[in-house]
Amino acid sequence: MVEFLRFRDDEVSESPAVTVDAFGDQSNAGAVRIEPGDDARELLPHLAHIARVEVNFPVFGDGRGYSAARILREAGYEGEIRAVGDVAVDQIAYMRRCGFDAFEPEKAMNEADVKTALERWENVYQKTVDGRTPIWALRHG
Amino acid sequence: MYKYDNYDQQMVDARVEEFRDQTRRRLSGELSEEKFRPLRLMNGLYLQLHAYMLRVAVPYGTLSGAQMKVLGDIADKYDRGYGHFTTRQNIQYNWIKLEEAPDLLADLAKVEMHAIQTSGNCIRNISSDHFAGAAADELVDPRPYAELLRQWSSFHPEFSYLPRKFKIAVIASDTDRAAMRLHDIGIQIVKNEAGEIGAAFYVGGGMGRTPMVAPCINEFVPIDQLVTYSEACLRVYNRHGRRDNKYKARIKILVHEMGKDEYTRQVEEEFAHLLTQGIEPPLAELERIKPYFADPAFKAGLSDEIDRTDPDFALWVDRNTVAHKAPGYVSAVISLKPVGGIPGDASADQIRLMGELATDYSFDECRVTHTQNIVLPHVEKARLKDLFDVLDANGLSSPNLDTIEDIIACPGLDYCTLANARSIPVAQKISERFSGNGKTAELGELKLKISGCINACGHHHAGHIGILGVDRKGVENYQLLLGGSEAEDTSLGKITGPGFDEDGIVDAVEKAADVYIANREDGERFLDTYRRIGMDPFKEAIYG
Repeated sequence: MVEFLRFRDDEVSESPAVTVDAFGDQSNAGAVRIEPGDDARELLPHLAHIARVEVNFPVFGDGRGYSAARILREAGYEGEIRAVGDVAVDQIAYMRRCGFDAFEPEKAMNEADVKTALERWENVYQKTVDGRTPIWALRHG
Repeated sequence: MYKYDNYDQQMVDARVEEFRDQTRRRLSGELSEEKFRPLRLMNGLYLQLHAYMLRVAVPYGTLSGAQMKVLGDIADKYDRGYGHFTTRQNIQYNWIKLEEAPDLLADLAKVEMHAIQTSGNCIRNISSDHFAGAAADELVDPRPYAELLRQWSSFHPEFSYLPRKFKIAVIASDTDRAAMRLHDIGIQIVKNEAGEIGAAFYVGGGMGRTPMVAPCINEFVPIDQLVTYSEACLRVYNRHGRRDNKYKARIKILVHEMGKDEYTRQVEEEFAHLLTQGIEPPLAELERIKPYFADPAFKAGLSDEIDRTDPDFALWVDRNTVAHKAPGYVSAVISLKPVGGIPGDASADQIRLMGELATDYSFDECRVTHTQNIVLPHVEKARLKDLFDVLDANGLSSPNLDTIEDIIACPGLDYCTLANARSIPVAQKISERFSGNGKTAELGELKLKISGCINACGHHHAGHIGILGVDRKGVENYQLLLGGSEAEDTSLGKITGPGFDEDGIVDAVEKAADVYIANREDGERFLDTYRRIGMDPFKEAIYG
């Protein structure tokens, strides 16, 4: 079973994650945790100093975290973005597309299911922040 | 018609395999129903009162003859021999077994069809004008733009867990046949003063328990920024739409509470940012799609004469055919509203037959209308009588398009877990009443729409006459609304007063119709008279 999944080569940051509010007061923290109602853009001035952003999914149906991750990547953030909470194998492919590169789900995932989910989509329709070439670009070279 | 290339086919095939895998995990107990629910919904599978219902996507309502025939075959193979065409131009089957659903989707994929995102809190199947490519009044065919957005919205990674469902309609004429301003996003393809093509965006419309007509937030988005602007609209909604109350989660509530100006400001800001991200397909992609929707090879020099000797045929021509842009052709509408029937239902044999007729009479194309009928868009006038005779022999020649018998009705309490009251029996009684008393013809255009609960799947807010079924202390009760319209003169109906029981509502509808007949002036439709004389004379007749 997979309890932690990471798609990075750098060292795992051990900094405890602070809330976005707390980060506003002590912006030297190395890791921040975004809740669904937080505005990811508040972190943009400080991205260079943040090693890890955790995006919490209290319930998997609340999709605000997908926008949060993508906004951070669009702003050039290169640190780890970790999905935590109610995250399941059926969500990880889309999360990868939005810039998540680490997963720490509440409930461990089946390893074979993870592999299948990540290999499912040979191509994609949209350009996002994962560097994949969308189908329209493949069509028009 | 659009044809899949290898990429499109791969995407749909991958989805079938994904769903097969998810179903396997559900059946083995690995996935709980709670976790499986949103996954099956994103593949159009609902759990209804008696069985699973599967909703199949018909992008912008367009089908080939072969696709239509397969829809008939599916009705036989997986359902009880019929299908139900919906107000979102889709088809749904009411008696599906979960374990067979993956095979059904695989059968659909063989003819370039799917059930992707026909439910769930994601971007739904995109609807359009059912006369696209045939209407004399359109600026361009709206469907290439709808297809571009279909691909963009399919498997969108950021917008698959939205606050609520999200419906988009695309039209390209000033006459609105798609209820465009009652969608989460309504897009009208327009031309600016410089002669360039662009898109007017109407955002925040919808029916449901809080009906709203979408305001225009941008009159002209350049066509090579269509996807980027849509993405900006969705991102603001995904981030700020309410998630605390499912009944306040649609984008109409966000636009209303935030205010149109503030919502627009945020969209424009997000849009400016997204323009730097290079997410827009090149215009070459639109140009690749367009030829699929080019005019078929219309014959030149056809006569516009129609032999009207047969009075039944002449009536059907008058009621069920619509002017076409090419001389010698019409669009013919096959009514799925036989008197006393279930609006939008068709048997497997009828569905297959309509597929064959599309191939034989209409350049292999047919359309599903949001009013739950089927259009053969390009029929030679000279062949109309032959077509009519086949339809007539198969119970498909009801001459009642846009009349009081052409009722939109949701499935209601006969099928739906959300419903408070039955819709179908009310529709049946009304069509029987007006067919029986002969007033249908006299009433002319009169759009009557019935919903079995406040979710408004039967578009009751937008009916010239609307009926809303509610539960009143455990008894089905029906409210009457007057004055709605889903066309370019969009308006929302108003409730007349206290509700009625099932027979009472049929009487009330007849009284309202009689007020119109007594008060109308030359050329006025029911809606025009209502707008001129107001609610009072109707109330007096109904409750007086």
